[in-house]
Amino acid sequence: MSTPDTREAAVITGAALALGDDALVLSHRLGEWAGSAPVLEEEVALANIALDLLGQARVLLSQVGDEDELAYLREERSFRNVQLVEQPNGDFAHTIARQLYFSTYQRLLYGQLASGDGPFAGLAAKAVKEVAYHQDHAEQWTLRLGDGTTESHERMRRACDALWKYTGELFQPVEGLDVDHAAMESAWLASVTDVLGRATLTVPEGPRTGAWAAGAGRQGLHTESFGRMIAEMQHLHRSHPGAAW
Amino acid sequence: MTSDGWPLWEVFVRSRRGLSHTHAGSLHAPDAEMALRNARDLYTRRSEGVSIWVVPSTEITASSPDEKDPFFEPSADKPYRHPTFYEIPEGVKHL
Amino acid sequence: MTAVTAGTTETTGVPGVSDAAVAAEQAAYEAVFDAAVAADERIEPRDWMPEAYRASLVRQIAQHAHSEIIGMQPEANWITRAPSLRRKAILMAKVQDEAGHGLYLYSAAETLGTSRDELLDKLHSGRQKYSSIFNYPTLTWADVGAIGWLVDGAAITNQVPLCRCSYGPYARAMVRVCKEESFHQRQGYEALLALSRGTEAQHAMAQDAVDRWWWPSLMMFGPPDDESTHTAQAMAWKIKRHSNDELRQRFVDIAVPQAEALGLTLPDPDLRWNEERGHYDFGPIDWAEFWDVLKGNGPCNDQRLSTRRQAHEDGAWVREAAAAHAEKHKHTGKHGEAQA
Repeated sequence: MSTPDTREAAVITGAALALGDDALVLSHRLGEWAGSAPVLEEEVALANIALDLLGQARVLLSQVGDEDELAYLREERSFRNVQLVEQPNGDFAHTIARQLYFSTYQRLLYGQLASGDGPFAGLAAKAVKEVAYHQDHAEQWTLRLGDGTTESHERMRRACDALWKYTGELFQPVEGLDVDHAAMESAWLASVTDVLGRATLTVPEGPRTGAWAAGAGRQGLHTESFGRMIAEMQHLHRSHPGAAW
Repeated sequence: MTSDGWPLWEVFVRSRRGLSHTHAGSLHAPDAEMALRNARDLYTRRSEGVSIWVVPSTEITASSPDEKDPFFEPSADKPYRHPTFYEIPEGVKHL
Repeated sequence: MTAVTAGTTETTGVPGVSDAAVAAEQAAYEAVFDAAVAADERIEPRDWMPEAYRASLVRQIAQHAHSEIIGMQPEANWITRAPSLRRKAILMAKVQDEAGHGLYLYSAAETLGTSRDELLDKLHSGRQKYSSIFNYPTLTWADVGAIGWLVDGAAITNQVPLCRCSYGPYARAMVRVCKEESFHQRQGYEALLALSRGTEAQHAMAQDAVDRWWWPSLMMFGPPDDESTHTAQAMAWKIKRHSNDELRQRFVDIAVPQAEALGLTLPDPDLRWNEERGHYDFGPIDWAEFWDVLKGNGPCNDQRLSTRRQAHEDGAWVREAAAAHAEKHKHTGKHGEAQA
């Protein structure tokens, strides 16, 4: 029988893992860009974002356990990140579309968490400034790629379309996060619609939820590439059980 | 000088309030807004600044080295512009 | 009046000016330049400078910049596999710094009248070199530590004197680079120490990495003084302050006690303290290997260059898009703080 206290702790753990895994996984994906960014200035920008996210992940995971045990020793099914953040980098347009969708969500989420008094208010107050910059970065690039050349417009359109189906999951309520998901979703839609419009892009038409896609990541169901991603991430750590680094 | 059509920008950073902006270096960016952001990422990632200016390098007009003498030497023989030029009796304060 | 960065010498093209007058003027410029160098003053972009000085600087700064960005690859190879989140953050920040340092250095080269595009083009087509050390593979995690300790250690030994280089923009870039790099070597040393003091397997991994990186690190200082084509002139111009062999010896003297503190050995049976010289003696360097790797036959030459070219080509549409966007919105630019 679980007492009310342990029940509450489990809820906080679940919420911390949801937020922490989002940040951890997206940071990892952005880290894959190192050495391959379109221009040197962008190497520095992407690394800054990745480092902000990794910092957030470490705070969140440490709040509910040992950061390395949680990052390196959990099985795929125990990760609580949304599927959006685990999507492969693709071309730069895909990375930017993923950034736009996710950072807009994260900014709204942390904004709400920061104004509350829950267990994540402290982290959110610091992180909201970081993710505001991430969103600005994604927005600037969306405008330039969408309203750049014919090729870049087409690539950006394809990227926005491809990732659209992963955006519904962002607004599935997470137990332990005291936020208004419905309000967040409409604010997110308004913001993304505005940016895409200014970028001469149209809002994708496909569904944002579905039998498989909706909320699956938060329940531990991930997409194919995620298994390979964490295999790579965890391999060295797991090869030396108990070692210190 | 461009990088695939991206002009060169000069970056000036105010390291903290109360100080003026000083030249930090340069970078390439497609436009002013991106130049500011790139400058933030590159030149202030260790908290080196609180405010940034970016200027297209081509917009800077510089004195030429050939003008060095007429430009700067005349001021070298006007020591009366410097406070150390004046002798004040010992013991006189607040001057 | 031209832009600050347009540092090329101006042709006279003035009718009626005799060759003799031009030669006399040239000699006068040269005398001013020589006097400035002799007095340890800095040469700045718009100053007159001998063409050979300019060319030599472009060659050296470009090679340095290329080394920074190619040097991202062997370490980035381990970002996705870093064994702890702390190490992962450190490594990402370090690889990011290398991009930043490449940027500072390309900027310094641009003050000499060469665009970054031109320099990248020369790198991509193999007409300009980068440090050969990056043609060696990073096979285990310990290589990240060994690169930090040995490769960055050697680089710092080379770079600290460059902070006093006669060319102002290069010297200033190096001041910034050296300041930021001080953490690079320490993090590498710390990572190796953790391995050396860790499990048996970790210790073996660390020793193996040091065994592989030691000799290539010594080669980083370049060929011996009597075979170095650039050293004498570069020293006369105060681009370079110490000879290759001098710096190499300095590095060995520093590294030996550091290896002892790590509990790792250096793969040189001839390494011993020479009381008379006040330095460590070390065994012969395999210069045949050095020249071979330099010529393109190292384990990773092709891979490093093709990865770099690929990134540049894959990014072309992005750079074009941003340029096209800027062109379209030329007159709607805004943003930025008001003024002073």
